[in-house]
Amino acid sequence: MNVTLKIQRFNPETDDKPHWEEYPVEVEPSDRLLDALHHVKWYQDGTLAFRRSCAHGVCGSDAMTINNVNRLSCKVLMRDLGARVTVEPLRGFRIVKDLVVDMEPFFEKYRSIKPYFINYDPDPPTERYQSQEDRERYDDTTKCILCAACTSSCPSYWGNRDFVGPATIVQAHRFIFDSRDQGANERLEILNDRNGVWRCRTIFNCTGACPREIKITQAIGEVKKLLLFNRMV
Amino acid sequence: MYHSYDAVIVGAGGAGLRAALELGRSGSVAVLSKLYPTRSHTGAAQGGIGAALGNVEEDLWEWHMFDTVKGGDYLTDQDAAEVLAQEAVEAVYQLEHWGLPFDRTKDGKIAQRPFGGHTHHFGQGPVRRSCYAADHTGHMILQTLYQQCLRHNVRFFDEYHVLDVLIHDGVACGIVAYQVLTGEIHTFRAKTVLLATGGMGRMFRITSNAHALTGDGPAITLRRGIPLEDMEFFQFHPTGIRKMGILITEAVRGEGGILLNDRGERFMERYSPTLLDLAPRDIVSRAIYLEVRHGLGIGGKDYVYLDASHLGRDVVETKLPDIADFCRTYLGIDPAVEPMPVQPTAHYAMGGIPTDVDGRVIIDDANTAMPGLYAAGECACVSVHGANRLGTNSLVDLVVFGRRAGQDMARYIGKNDFVTLPAEPDCEACDEVERLLGETGSERVADIRQELQDVMMDDVGVFRVEEQMKEALSKVAELKARYRSVALDGKSKRFNTELLEAIELGYLLDVAEVTAASALARKESRGAHSREDYPERDDDNWLKHTLAYQTEEGVELKYKPVSITRFEPKPRTY
Repeated sequence: MNVTLKIQRFNPETDDKPHWEEYPVEVEPSDRLLDALHHVKWYQDGTLAFRRSCAHGVCGSDAMTINNVNRLSCKVLMRDLGARVTVEPLRGFRIVKDLVVDMEPFFEKYRSIKPYFINYDPDPPTERYQSQEDRERYDDTTKCILCAACTSSCPSYWGNRDFVGPATIVQAHRFIFDSRDQGANERLEILNDRNGVWRCRTIFNCTGACPREIKITQAIGEVKKLLLFNRMV
Repeated sequence: MYHSYDAVIVGAGGAGLRAALELGRSGSVAVLSKLYPTRSHTGAAQGGIGAALGNVEEDLWEWHMFDTVKGGDYLTDQDAAEVLAQEAVEAVYQLEHWGLPFDRTKDGKIAQRPFGGHTHHFGQGPVRRSCYAADHTGHMILQTLYQQCLRHNVRFFDEYHVLDVLIHDGVACGIVAYQVLTGEIHTFRAKTVLLATGGMGRMFRITSNAHALTGDGPAITLRRGIPLEDMEFFQFHPTGIRKMGILITEAVRGEGGILLNDRGERFMERYSPTLLDLAPRDIVSRAIYLEVRHGLGIGGKDYVYLDASHLGRDVVETKLPDIADFCRTYLGIDPAVEPMPVQPTAHYAMGGIPTDVDGRVIIDDANTAMPGLYAAGECACVSVHGANRLGTNSLVDLVVFGRRAGQDMARYIGKNDFVTLPAEPDCEACDEVERLLGETGSERVADIRQELQDVMMDDVGVFRVEEQMKEALSKVAELKARYRSVALDGKSKRFNTELLEAIELGYLLDVAEVTAASALARKESRGAHSREDYPERDDDNWLKHTLAYQTEEGVELKYKPVSITRFEPKPRTY
């Protein structure tokens, strides 16, 4: 099928501001959008810059805004996009070049909530035990691949870049609700802030954007409840 | 720009990160990665990490060692297999102590399940040895190790692409890398260098590997006169999604899925009457190729069906959710109802940079180690996987040998000073970058890469034969010559991914050349290396490791013995 990709280009070395370019491509309906982007880069314009690696939705490199929705370009098929496709870099982040954005602020916020296992007891000789129910409790938020589709789809984040963002709260949730972890209070204190969980307005864009289908808004809600009622829900 | 660190690690996958954690208090460490660390391909691993914990049924590390040796068709260095099996147990507990969310048994211990090639009592029957976290164990391992690195304030240089390894008077002394964001070239002086750059599946047309896997570590080592070991042994996983190469885990067949040809026959009955669809990966891949060759592929085409529809929706959704997602997303197929089109996909490099069991790089057939140079993970060849790797053994390899490399590096740092860098250490790397940016020839990266991937897939793939491998070798030589005329559309240095793809293509050409040459020379079939003109294993002449050197006159081959301790080589039947 013949498709036109309308891609936002921007090279800060030569352009004043971002601008649209159109590229006709011949694709199979079963091709990924990433395949079409590669076709443009490899055979039409090698200067097109975008991040990608695994090409099957697990590494999180290629999140971008496709027909106004945040998706991983390797998980979207051309058959689901129509004859004209608009591709832009993730919103809310400074554009480095074309579809590549500055991910540093995203990772900085992620690092701020101590996204690592905390346990002050000495290590047992074998594994720490955890029941299947306890394991299930935090299963959803272990799936996060840090692709930033959620944070960059969040109007609260667009309005205030100091908001830690959904992904950060998801990462905190993974440890707060892990029965083996002892750092819940430390993280809750950090999130109990105007720019922590309380900036969230329960808009649900994040849940819609997540390629791993994590129930993000629900997870944020659980953290809020913990702060309000001081008990695990 | 110049930097100085006691240890520089190239690659932030499982092996690199594990080594970084080990080095913590022993000195200054920098981890360079061409991707953000959590994008590393360790994160794509699904099946599990194998260790003889014995949580669900009795298991011993000696059995794990045996399975690894036999799985490698007796090319496995047994001293390495012993270390792997013994230290796997502690390595898995360590991961759990760091918070890895393993699935659990009813009594709260780490859950384990069966996997191809893992047996109890030295081959009597399958054993539950694979420790897993849903069907994304690799994701959990990568995340857990990265989280611990953050906790310990490991210094990361994200999106730095390695260009060269520096050696002075036979001692490793640093790394040269390209900062992707700015195009600036950085020289890192180091007492110890660890290469943990992963695999090189991108030399094949159909692969499970990420685009980033272009053999960077092996190529830069090769260019410095160090040989690569056992490059002819490349594993083709039997069930990749047709045309895309995306992996459909062996666990599907573990749960009861079966392979069918155009006639609806369970053809594995003819190739492996006892193990059927759970025969080792190399055997199943060959079976699929043969069916296709005999016109029994689906619709006469180049693939077969993997059918899990008889397992019931419940099993598919709870035990195989990720592959169900892949099938729905990419094929529009619901595996609980329809069969999946699959074909072999280039998956894992058993060969790579030769090392000893402490990760030290070996530079010749006398097992001489180069001071200060280390390798670990898929880019290394200890050799713990021999001629064929068992499922779940790669994740163990990363953490066991990543840790050991880190430990040896720490010891070395404590006893050695910095070595003088060669004069103008970055000049060769800079020259190549400038050459690529300035070239006005007529070739495109994508064309040369496609031709390379096609010839390697067709002529140095699952089945190999003398004439075709010779053609492949001369084709690669032709492509290397044409590579000198590759021109880029963009000459900017800032975030020039086209330039990086050109550099990666150079690496792929180098590792492909030694792969084809090593394969052509080995006149036997063993493990994943399967020759139609030499279909039998030949221990008398070929029970040895290949060492391939890149020289002015082409690839030069030497050989070295296999370490055999506990298990005498026997015919590999299951």
